[in-house]
Amino acid sequence: MNWLVNNLDLVLELSLQHVRLAVLPIVLGFALSLPIGWLAWRFRFSRGLVLTVIGLLYTIPSLALFVLLPPALGISFLSELNVTIALTVYAVALMTRSVTEGLAAVGPSVRVAATAMGYSTWGRFWRVEFPLAGPVMLAGLRVVAVSTVSLVTVGVFVGVRSLGYLFTDGLQRGIVLEIVTGIVMTVVIALLLDLVLVVLGRILMPWQRLFAPSATVRRLQTARPAA
Amino acid sequence: MIEFRSVSKEFDDGTVAVDDISLVIPARRVTVLVGSSGSGKTTLLQMINRMVEPTSGTIEIDGENIAGIAPVPLRRRIGYVIQNSGLLPHRTIIDNVATVLYLEGVRKPQAHERALELLSTVGLDHALATRYPSQLSGGQQQRVGVARALAVNPNILLMDEPFGAVDPIVRAELQQELLRLQRELAKTIVFVTHDIDEAFLLGDNVVILGEGAKIAQQGSPSELLANPATEFVASFIGADRGRRELTIRRVNGRSVVIDGTGRPAGVLAETDGPAS
Repeated sequence: MNWLVNNLDLVLELSLQHVRLAVLPIVLGFALSLPIGWLAWRFRFSRGLVLTVIGLLYTIPSLALFVLLPPALGISFLSELNVTIALTVYAVALMTRSVTEGLAAVGPSVRVAATAMGYSTWGRFWRVEFPLAGPVMLAGLRVVAVSTVSLVTVGVFVGVRSLGYLFTDGLQRGIVLEIVTGIVMTVVIALLLDLVLVVLGRILMPWQRLFAPSATVRRLQTARPAA
Repeated sequence: MIEFRSVSKEFDDGTVAVDDISLVIPARRVTVLVGSSGSGKTTLLQMINRMVEPTSGTIEIDGENIAGIAPVPLRRRIGYVIQNSGLLPHRTIIDNVATVLYLEGVRKPQAHERALELLSTVGLDHALATRYPSQLSGGQQQRVGVARALAVNPNILLMDEPFGAVDPIVRAELQQELLRLQRELAKTIVFVTHDIDEAFLLGDNVVILGEGAKIAQQGSPSELLANPATEFVASFIGADRGRRELTIRRVNGRSVVIDGTGRPAGVLAETDGPAS
């Protein structure tokens, strides 16, 4: 326990750094996957191709991406930007399909009615389709959040400090507790971010919270005794 | 008044949904477009608010070619009710009713006030205002759909099989409610259905459509019943199977009316007035 007591400051500092490194790619990835997911949904013929190609991005090994990006974009190997961009690519790869599927899940009669009410295409997207795609998109975003938190640790290999530092440092110095602390804190952060997303979802999508007693009650009310 | 002038619609895949129709829909009356599926009746309806653009021909509302009116403002001044209500599931009932008011920039307090009025108009309790659509029964949702369509007091109401998805008892209730509303509001209603009984019940003017929205016959329900123009019409309204025939039998000095299936439908009230 000695190591932990002596290094609480370090663990806290690395944890905050970790959260910071994870949040930006999650937000950016979500924002970028919206137009791509919308295009894939809107132009049906392109859907399969776009979603497959985007999804394949996730299969690029993260270390390879960290090495490929800097020369391609003219940034430093050791820059934080390198990690942020790489993790954003993974977030987009995971998130785009959820956006497309969320939009596809909006009922056709709702869409027809919204058009007939006189929504413009833009207004209909933001005020009808986007919120109604919310539950499916949220499910995708939760996966993205957890995946990103875990991927941040790999950044330590290109010198971007996060909880991943505890893995390499603990390994080199043979301190098991240091490695375990890194793992536990990573999981805690993943769970916390997930919780934040769930709570946000509840606040932003109150209609989803209905435990819908009405449906059951209605069935009971209209049920007639069998003759 | 809505006028179709040689309107055709061919979809991208080559389907001819509407083939050269000319039709006048009188103002402040209920005109029912009735036909089986594939008769292009919904396409006709959606051309009135430019959700579908005709391939050729023109459509005029009160003498104005609608091709010259931008679709979004045009749609906001025409009420629209569809099957399964099409309510926005993420908005409360009152916000659903106020949808078009918000779009038109009416402030929330005024919009809510108007929306509550409309709930009363369609016979819904104000307690439902803060619920979400999924918490209402199918019949209630359909009433909300009607209230929403009436929000900006449009002259024209388009209704696409609005009562198609509710059970027969609720449907009968909603039909009577619509007749009551129409006596009060006298809108120009274009109502699409495949149910000939519903057409005869609601329509001042009934247009029977064949394939490609060809008008098989149009007229008042009694005109159609008295003189079906073709075998298709006779078959569609059920006249050929004797379904529409009523016979009178004398029972204990009263005239009992027997319907096409041989069941007593009622007793004849002997009056001297002309049948309407």
